[in-house]
Amino acid sequence: MNYAIQKIKSSASLWTALVLLSVTQLSYAATAKEGEAAYMKHGCWQCHGTQGQGGIAGLKLAPNPKPLAYLNAFIRNTAGTMPPYSEKILPAADLASIQVFLESIPASPDPKNLPLLQIK
Amino acid sequence: MKQEQKQAPKQDPRPETQNTLARRQFLNSVVASGAVGVMSASTVGVAQAADKAPAEPKKPSALPPSGQGIKNESGMPHEMSGRVHGKAGSDFMVDVIKTLGIKYIPSNCASSFRAIHESLIDYGQNVMPEYINCMHEESGVAMGHGYFKASGKPLMSLCHGTVGLQHATMAMYNAWCDRVPVIVIGGNDTDAAYRPPGVPTFHSAQDICAIVRDYTKWDDAPVSLQHFAQSMVRGYKIAMTPPFGPVAFSLDAALQQEPVKEKGGFMPTIPRYIPSSPPQGDTGAVKEAARLLAQAQNPVIVVDRSARTPKGVDLLVELAGLLQARVVDQGGRMNFPKTHYLSSPVSVIGNADVILGLELSDFWATVNQYTDNGLNEGTGTQASKVKPGTKLISINSAELITKANYQDFQRYQEIDVSMPADAEATMPALIEALKSAITNNQKGQIEKRGELAKKAYAEEWARTQAQAALAWNASPISTARFSMEIYHAVKHLDWSLVASEGNVSNWPSRLWPMEKHYQWLGRSGGYGVGYGAPASVGAALANRDLGRFSVSIQSDGDLMYAPGVLWTAAHHKIPLLSVMHNNRGYHQEVMHLQRLANFRNRKVNNGNDMGPIGTSIENPDIEYHKLAQSMGWWAKGPIKRPEDLGPALKEAVEVVKSGQPALLNVWTQPR
Repeated sequence: MNYAIQKIKSSASLWTALVLLSVTQLSYAATAKEGEAAYMKHGCWQCHGTQGQGGIAGLKLAPNPKPLAYLNAFIRNTAGTMPPYSEKILPAADLASIQVFLESIPASPDPKNLPLLQIK
Repeated sequence: MKQEQKQAPKQDPRPETQNTLARRQFLNSVVASGAVGVMSASTVGVAQAADKAPAEPKKPSALPPSGQGIKNESGMPHEMSGRVHGKAGSDFMVDVIKTLGIKYIPSNCASSFRAIHESLIDYGQNVMPEYINCMHEESGVAMGHGYFKASGKPLMSLCHGTVGLQHATMAMYNAWCDRVPVIVIGGNDTDAAYRPPGVPTFHSAQDICAIVRDYTKWDDAPVSLQHFAQSMVRGYKIAMTPPFGPVAFSLDAALQQEPVKEKGGFMPTIPRYIPSSPPQGDTGAVKEAARLLAQAQNPVIVVDRSARTPKGVDLLVELAGLLQARVVDQGGRMNFPKTHYLSSPVSVIGNADVILGLELSDFWATVNQYTDNGLNEGTGTQASKVKPGTKLISINSAELITKANYQDFQRYQEIDVSMPADAEATMPALIEALKSAITNNQKGQIEKRGELAKKAYAEEWARTQAQAALAWNASPISTARFSMEIYHAVKHLDWSLVASEGNVSNWPSRLWPMEKHYQWLGRSGGYGVGYGAPASVGAALANRDLGRFSVSIQSDGDLMYAPGVLWTAAHHKIPLLSVMHNNRGYHQEVMHLQRLANFRNRKVNNGNDMGPIGTSIENPDIEYHKLAQSMGWWAKGPIKRPEDLGPALKEAVEVVKSGQPALLNVWTQPR
């Protein structure tokens, strides 16, 4: 297990650079759209909601998502409640586009400005 | 106590043997005619008419009747005359039921209890109890479940002793796990020698209650009317003594039909119901618990089904206030006001040095973490959530009724002070013991603890609001926005959230200012899906009579188990606002399948659906609003945009205020 993590860490910068290069070749919006489709196809929405808002079953992913390298390290190796997603299940390119999709999600409204949330 | 009083026994002059013989001769004649059910029903109808007027020649039917049929339909068989003289046994049974103050009988009709059914609606005039027409036995029992939690009064359900009770079982198991009294009576043709063949025989058994014995507090099969009277009062008393729970009866069809008569020189009498006091914790154990709590640096109170009554809420507020202890409400009931600064998230358990658990359904899972991560050959990992040396105190009446087979008692947890007692009943003694145990030196520390709790409460509230704002404008509608749109539609009313099925990330308990005991009634208990719809209708029936406004968060999968309860609500004019959390799937299972596939490094097969094959409810989407409309509800949907929900709720609230049920089919985020 530790060996596997080390391998991922050592290759992370090269891997990230390659992926970022491919991402920049596409328009940001198109990649975000692809990422949204991948996010739905791979079942991320099931626990994290269609906007990455999180809830009782999964943590908040957006807005302000974690960097791609962090997401990659986490989801490939998690031993917590979240099941691991191997590259066979979730290819690297799909993960990269998912991260772009999460980045594209705009900030939530300020709760102070939402009358429905003013209870007390 | 007047258990048995001698009365003048002269209601039916016929000897018992003659009476019994007449009934048996009649049954034999019906058997000989072939069409058992049809013939017996029509013959009884003719028999009753014959008492009033001379028989008229019948109009021709589609098929020419047989000779026996002509005989049966054209006059009163000689051996049947006078068969219904005297007071029917089932009339006496109604007298017994009336003494217990049971208001409704939600049931699905069945021939094995036809006699008591007839007595209830005719002799008893269909009041106290009133018959509620249900389309599934599970609906009837679950209605009683919800009704009790809203009103504190139990209901009774009648069913066929075999097939009906089989339908009722899951609802009874939910009630058992949720410590709720329901009284279930199964009709049964016990005497094999005289039992009608065909359907009544398929619907008979030696011991019908065997199927529910593992999750009822008590059951009985009365063999005489006096036995019935004593058993009903005993059963009611057992069901209504904490810990509450279901009781079941096998009710012999012949006993229902036989006349009330003297036996051993006595006519049957009805014992008086006198409630038992709830079990209270041992004095020594209460003092030890108070000592530990008084000396604690960071005591935490965890509650699940602690408050049985409004008084239970007040007592818990007093106890927590004395200690300035944070309170974690697991939500089996509305135990502690959400607006109180000591109301806390589950994370506070990690800092506790003493934990007082009140009526917890699972103390092990309260202080331990189980992670379903596929490790340890698929059994997952577990770890303590509390600091080493944390003292645990439990007051839990469920320990008094633990049974072997069904595992609702959960994993074994070592407890330092364990009281098998009713928490609410023990609370006054614990409060007094605590007042004596707290020294003047400790009072300053306790006050400081309270100040910290106020600060933490404000911070937690701000965090919760920020989380709720995420995906606020999403479509399908976020569960936080969904919950708050509902709250704002009902907040000016005396509202009662009667159920919240399908998991909306607990937003109502995190955001709604729940303070009264009926503002949240808890969940099913046994997690048997199909509870939400009927329990909501049952609770709404209670709330209707109490002048409260009922609102339910209704999940899609739950509604489809027995949607006929929608018709029951419309038929009996039970006002209920049902707002659907329609995430188009059995979402718990969606996540389980995804998790298992990932553990096995396999891509889960979604087929043509959004979730794994066998977990989605789409293609086609169910039009729940049309389903509800077809059964007499005002309904709208599907509502997919958040801006459309508020106006629809406004309309629906007005409908419910007029006394009708209303349903909104709302497409929501999964959780």
